Amino acid sequence: MRLGLMAVPLAFFALFFAYPVVAIVGRGLKDGGQWQLGRLGTVLSDPDVLHVLWFTLWQAAASTGLTLLIALPGAYVFARFDFPGKQLLRAVVAVPFVLPTVVVGAAFLALVGRGGLLDDLWGVRLDTSVWAILLAHVFFNYAVVVRTVGGLWSQLDPRQEEAARVLGAGRFAAWRRVTLPALGPAVAAAALMVFLFTFTSFGVVQILGGPTFSTLEVEIYRQTADFLDLPTAAVLTLVQFAAVLGLLALHAWTVRRRESALRLVDASQTARRPRGRGQWALLWSTLVVIAVLLVLPLAVLVERSFAGPGGYGLVFYRTLRSAAAADSTFAVAPLDAVGNSLAYAAAATVIAVLVGGLAAAALTRPAPRTGPARRTSMAGRLVRGFDALLMLPLGVSAVTVGFGFLITLDKPPLDLRDSWWLVPLAQALVGVPFVVRTMLPVLRAVDGRLREAAAVLGASPWRVWREVDLPMVRRALLIAAGFAFAVSLGEFGATVFIARPDHPTLPVAVARLLGRAGELNYGQAMALSTILMVVCAGALLALERIRPQPRTGSAGGTPIDHSGEF
Amino acid sequence: MTAQAGSTARELLRLGGVTVRFGAPGGRPALDAVDLDVAAQEIVCVLGPSGSGKSTLLRVVAGLQQADAGDVLLEGRDQAGVPTHRRGVGLMFQDHQLFPQRDVAGNVAFGLRMRRSARAEQERTVAELLDLVGLPGAQRRAVASLSGGEQQRVALARALAPRPRLLMLDEPLGQLDRGLRERLVVELRRLFRELGTTVLAVTHDQGEAFALADRVVVMQDGRIAQSGSPLDVWQRPATEFVARFLGFDNVVEATVQGEAAVTPWGKVPVPEGTSDGPCRLLVRPAGVRLTSAENGLPCTVAARTFRGTHVALLLQPAGGPQMEAACPLREAPETGARVGVSFAAEDVVVLDASAG
Repeated sequence: MRLGLMAVPLAFFALFFAYPVVAIVGRGLKDGGQWQLGRLGTVLSDPDVLHVLWFTLWQAAASTGLTLLIALPGAYVFARFDFPGKQLLRAVVAVPFVLPTVVVGAAFLALVGRGGLLDDLWGVRLDTSVWAILLAHVFFNYAVVVRTVGGLWSQLDPRQEEAARVLGAGRFAAWRRVTLPALGPAVAAAALMVFLFTFTSFGVVQILGGPTFSTLEVEIYRQTADFLDLPTAAVLTLVQFAAVLGLLALHAWTVRRRESALRLVDASQTARRPRGRGQWALLWSTLVVIAVLLVLPLAVLVERSFAGPGGYGLVFYRTLRSAAAADSTFAVAPLDAVGNSLAYAAAATVIAVLVGGLAAAALTRPAPRTGPARRTSMAGRLVRGFDALLMLPLGVSAVTVGFGFLITLDKPPLDLRDSWWLVPLAQALVGVPFVVRTMLPVLRAVDGRLREAAAVLGASPWRVWREVDLPMVRRALLIAAGFAFAVSLGEFGATVFIARPDHPTLPVAVARLLGRAGELNYGQAMALSTILMVVCAGALLALERIRPQPRTGSAGGTPIDHSGEF
Repeated sequence: MTAQAGSTARELLRLGGVTVRFGAPGGRPALDAVDLDVAAQEIVCVLGPSGSGKSTLLRVVAGLQQADAGDVLLEGRDQAGVPTHRRGVGLMFQDHQLFPQRDVAGNVAFGLRMRRSARAEQERTVAELLDLVGLPGAQRRAVASLSGGEQQRVALARALAPRPRLLMLDEPLGQLDRGLRERLVVELRRLFRELGTTVLAVTHDQGEAFALADRVVVMQDGRIAQSGSPLDVWQRPATEFVARFLGFDNVVEATVQGEAAVTPWGKVPVPEGTSDGPCRLLVRPAGVRLTSAENGLPCTVAARTFRGTHVALLLQPAGGPQMEAACPLREAPETGARVGVSFAAEDVVVLDASAG
């Protein structure tokens, strides 16, 4: 049963993930059928490569630290304070996370880049410094920390702290000895996730880093696309792969520790209006941070998209419609990219929900109870391995996957080179982890005995799923689909390789426009980014509406925050 | 019911050598070669402390847990390979497990829908059952709005609706408060009698078991320690474990010689026909009689506890372990008083030496 459910996801991953990645690594490290493992050493002692490695590491560490510093107070504010407009603000905070990296890059370019807002006002430019990258990373990952840590924080029973206070602990001591240890694993999990995202950062660094700054992923892209140096790219891919595996293992470990029994309560009971000057100051400073760091870049992006040569107007939007006005590299009107992107993302969403849904179902099936204990623990390990496998696309170089698609899926029986499906397949790969992460906690929260109760009442396994599981996960399924859609829409690293020149997606078109000189190109990039942002934000805000209401009731429902896993 | 009386003797459920192991092979099994028969229309209550394997027993019968060895027969048919949903048994879960997204009617009708009965019939059955469990007109209520007792009644109606041939109850009243519990036990017994339901219930509460059951089965560490009518088990606990589980702590080493046994408390009369030799002896508190200090075994009253209908005395004899005595309210001596003790043969039970 479980194996049957696993078959489809496994086949999908084998064909469209493992095969291309292995093939490209093999091509890089093999010469005339001989493994050239010496290349590992050669590449890894190259000072340029070491420089990239070092930069990748320290910028990820710095981004993570900075994000925690800025977002943890925000997590507290969202967890413990009640204030008007909180729901809306929560949605606003979540928007950056689903924005395509390219849009974020464009927005920060418009804020701190050449001719950006700060440049206009005070002549300050940060796009040549690492600060632009770090700030963009904070922008991106603010929601990760607020949701992961804040989600748990809001469900921690305040009475635990009160118990400590009664036992003689001061306010700070109570927080440090009771709340902090409970939050620790969530903070660690969030930090690791931020580190992972920033470690493999591509679009942001590609746009904001210029020639000076290059992460591993950007370097892999340069080596493959610009220099056609496959051996170096292959070694870098392996290095990144190893690092990501380590990070994911660490993350899985912290998440498992987080599952240790905590007394959780309904989040709506723990928040109250801020009291005293200190709490109001904290609330206001959080609002200012959100306004400056999250809202301002996007506002500037929108402003730039309307700031034509002759004052504000729709000139950049209007010219998007004609191929002629665009640069000669565009065989089609840039606006066509909108239609392409939507169609690709829709197809990718269907694939991702199907594959991810089956995988999540397989992961929640109760372990077979028949055999002796040894076999169940084997099965447990198998399931855990499967779980980790599903997370891999989050961290493995998308560039490698994209390039791998090109060189492996070009011969029968899998000749997809000219197929329209090539792009959605690659995008679905990135969407699957999100679908699994969204579905899994909900499916796991369904009490196994509820299924047993249905079975005893005469429901066959299929009926059990339809009658018990489906009604509970319907909302999660929609949310997962929305996530997959937004992620597919913004996918850049793989798509940039495989999207055909006459069929660009929005992020690819934006990147191309930004890569050219000229005010029109710049303005069009801003306009396209704005469109992309509106579509993504729209998708997310629609999701916020279908977020499950907290289930009250005695039937054992635990409150669920779907973003809790990120 | 009388028309079927001839067939009631037939076993509806028969367990033969059922064994279930969790964890490491070679470890103590959760169920160890359990044999158990339940006749049609019989109410059997499995009684035991937590961890004695009671719930596992129900899960094996329901097909939710596969047995490592042994057979489960329902109406003479082997159930190996029959999936849960085709066994035609009902199971009321300890914490009810009502479907939170369905209303009361949706919960009660669930089993009928699975059997594809007509909608009109479903509605009629739901209304009937809700009347029966004392919740008339509750069809449209949300499950979350029900109190614990109401949830319990809905769970019962849901389990009864598809007319299971065997109804199993897992700690049916476990989560309810005491008053409600005592009332419901009486209601349940009347209901099951009326409907002619065959019931297999498990509980750790002896009061519940004795009030509900025709027959009580005491389990210990995955094995059946004793099986018999409530009166039987209460009066003649078979082993020291059963005696202590029922709350009897006056158990001593003894050597039987003729009509009496030599114990640390002196000579204690034993029932007629007891064979000579060493054994363990239970003296129920009612069989510990107080006499004047000069007669009988001299004891000091170490503690007294008011029990409503009587006073429980903890007595410390000059030699041997402490013993408990039940004493009428008016005659109870003060703590520290010196009393004499004699034993009544009808309240002395010779325990099975092999177990406990």
